[in-house]
Amino acid sequence: MSEPKTYSRLNAGRLWANPASRALFALLLVVLIGCIFNADGAFFKLGTHRDALRQSSVFGLLACGMTLVIIGGGIDLAVGSVLALVAVAFSLMSIHWGWSPWLCVPICLCLGAACGSASGCLASWWRIQPFIATLALMVFARGLAKTISGGMKVSTAVKNVDGTYRYVDVPALFRFIDSRILEGNLSVVTVIFVVCALATWIVLARHRWGRHLYAIGGNEEAARLSGVPVNFSKLSAYAASGLLAAVAGLCQAAQEQQGDPEAGGGYELTAIAMVVIGGTPLTGGRGGIGLTLLGVLTIGYLEKILSINAVPEASRLMLTGAIIVMAVLAQRKRRS
Amino acid sequence: MTSPPPTVPLVRMTGIGKRFGNVSVLHDVSLEVFPREVLVLAGENGAGKSTLIKILGGVHTDFDGELEIDGRAARPRSPLEANSLGVAVIFQELSLIPSLSVADNIFLGRNLVRAGFVDDREQRAQSKRLLDRLGIDLDVDQRVEDLPVAQQQLVEIAKALAHESTVIVMDEPTSSLNAPEVEKLFGLIQQLKTDGCGIIYITHKMEEIARIADRITVLRDGRHIGTAPASDVPPDKLVSWMVGRDQDHQFPDRSARPGRTQLRLDRFSVLDETGRRPIVDSITLELHAGEILGLAGLQGSGTSELFLALFGGSNRRVQGQVFLNDGPLRIRNPRTAIRQGIALLTNDRKATGLVLPLSIIANCTLAALPRLSPGAWRRPGREEALTQSLGRSLNLRAASLHLEVGALSGGNQQKVALAKWLLTEPQVLMLDEPTRGIDVGAKREIYQLLDELTSRGIGILLITSELPELLALSDRILVLHRGRLTGEFTRSQATPERILEAAMGKIQSGL
Repeated sequence: MSEPKTYSRLNAGRLWANPASRALFALLLVVLIGCIFNADGAFFKLGTHRDALRQSSVFGLLACGMTLVIIGGGIDLAVGSVLALVAVAFSLMSIHWGWSPWLCVPICLCLGAACGSASGCLASWWRIQPFIATLALMVFARGLAKTISGGMKVSTAVKNVDGTYRYVDVPALFRFIDSRILEGNLSVVTVIFVVCALATWIVLARHRWGRHLYAIGGNEEAARLSGVPVNFSKLSAYAASGLLAAVAGLCQAAQEQQGDPEAGGGYELTAIAMVVIGGTPLTGGRGGIGLTLLGVLTIGYLEKILSINAVPEASRLMLTGAIIVMAVLAQRKRRS
Repeated sequence: MTSPPPTVPLVRMTGIGKRFGNVSVLHDVSLEVFPREVLVLAGENGAGKSTLIKILGGVHTDFDGELEIDGRAARPRSPLEANSLGVAVIFQELSLIPSLSVADNIFLGRNLVRAGFVDDREQRAQSKRLLDRLGIDLDVDQRVEDLPVAQQQLVEIAKALAHESTVIVMDEPTSSLNAPEVEKLFGLIQQLKTDGCGIIYITHKMEEIARIADRITVLRDGRHIGTAPASDVPPDKLVSWMVGRDQDHQFPDRSARPGRTQLRLDRFSVLDETGRRPIVDSITLELHAGEILGLAGLQGSGTSELFLALFGGSNRRVQGQVFLNDGPLRIRNPRTAIRQGIALLTNDRKATGLVLPLSIIANCTLAALPRLSPGAWRRPGREEALTQSLGRSLNLRAASLHLEVGALSGGNQQKVALAKWLLTEPQVLMLDEPTRGIDVGAKREIYQLLDELTSRGIGILLITSELPELLALSDRILVLHRGRLTGEFTRSQATPERILEAAMGKIQSGL
């Protein structure tokens, strides 16, 4: 009868209709560009790929949380600031105050989740538009980060009571997070990212809450009338995004060996770009972590290729902007 | 009816074919409309009526075949171009901009301009005159989003008529109008006819066809089945044209099998936003197990609001008591209602019933997830198996259960919406317009299903604006007028006249 039979077609159009294959195509294209502009073989070195993955990991953590929120029909602009706040708090606690990692890490994770819950609360129960709610938290969290750090980077140079500086050791946890395993071929940060992405993926694909998020993003009213706990599910998505931003903050602090209150500025936009390039639409109800992973790799590799070819920062930004537009245009459904 | 004069048709479509990808949705379809006539375009959902109209209206631009408007070959490339050729299409989905005023909407896309700026005063004056001529009583400065849906529909019609159009296409224009508004619309159609316009009218409602059709064209599965003067096509013949088989038993034979009292409302009221005026005013009713209790009422009668409040779906204040199986029932939100075995099929499957971007499986299992996923982890295999067996028993037609629900036809979407509630294993099923906008075949299947459900002891509360349906399905009928109970009839007492009288506010004996 009237059912569109587009799914029974066996041709390139069917493959192209699948967002995953389109995102994969974009990634392959970027890798191909890397193979061509390989900077005298630098692109074929294992270390290049290790670094590309390491540098993508912090963004990838943010993008995973962002995916949850976007599928639920929202957006989270606060992740970059939460990252900075956690990085500062983590550095203060472990470097300056010398607290045990067993204490610092849970506190930092709770801090991130609390920030996420705050914006989630505003966006669900208080019915403030997600863009505004998380914008407010973005500004607030940045301010808080500057307050507790006194506006300065929290580094291993600790100020004494008399005004002089003494240098303390980098905590073991920092060194561990910044280290590599498998004979130096894989960064610990990348492992953290992959584990978090896997966990997010499983929850989204198999947990009841994941299905609830899709339903809310697709049609909030229908979801509510089907017994979906709308406010709680949304709040949890923002909390999870905050939690992942906290993990990213820990990684960032460890890599920089300091807590910079200015860190993570604009990271939220990169994370959103990664999600969108993967093929998860900002309108919600569709998409997934798998797609986001493709988006993370696409932007991550693009950045790496541009940097090994010594393309100046200014051109890099412009090129990245152009690529985002092209990728999103390619993602657009063709008119039937 | 006089047969149309052999003049040049306003619109002649011949040999129209249209494909979406590999799917042929129209094949060699022809259609003619003459001045001063109403051509009813009939057919099941998915028969291709809307596609044909969209070709005429300039929405679909690539198609096979010939299109002539006023005797000249035409190929409108946009709705605006079709409009300037004299074709006005009132689409089923409203095309209004909610945040703009009535006048702004009427002149959308063809604003009156003076010195480079929109001439607001002239637009408002002309809108006012237009609405007066159409007999529509509306403030032209009001924002469309503040109007009830029925009045939005009238604005939509006014917008289409603002242009001097000779061919007016109406795609189920009465689906959200109440009886007086329908009368007004029919009066308007009569007037347009005398003005020399030709009207193409798409509808699913038999009584509308009987009232206004001069000629009827029937499509089925994208093919032209027949065109004939309305007097030559009695309802049974029309139905057989539409479904391709004779339908003598449209409704199942029901004999009431009332069981014990399942749901009881004691002076139940629903208050409006201000918390003062009742929308539903101390209703007392009893629903028995295995019974279909019909609720009738015109627009504003409060029947839908009653359902929503019983389901915990509106945040309006309620008064009075509800008992389920003789135990008092406290419902705070839809989740608790579902847990208690109460289900609500809403009257707008796209807006409030389904999550269109999600798959059939995801939609079917959405309300029953707590039961289907113990420990909060989903069981995809089990979900698919349940959806599959339920889909088979509902005769759900889809290429794959992983298909997005938005890609299904109206009838199949409605089956998915129903399946969702059946999976929650309800005791009380509230159905608000369960057959709105779906084809005859699917309707009959749903009627059968309702009969089957009641034989399993499920009590059904039914709202439907189609009287024949209400009369044939309901074991008892309650009538509401402005939130008050004004009539109660058993199956044998109920007649269309009595129900309409009660719905219009005349209190019936026996209360």
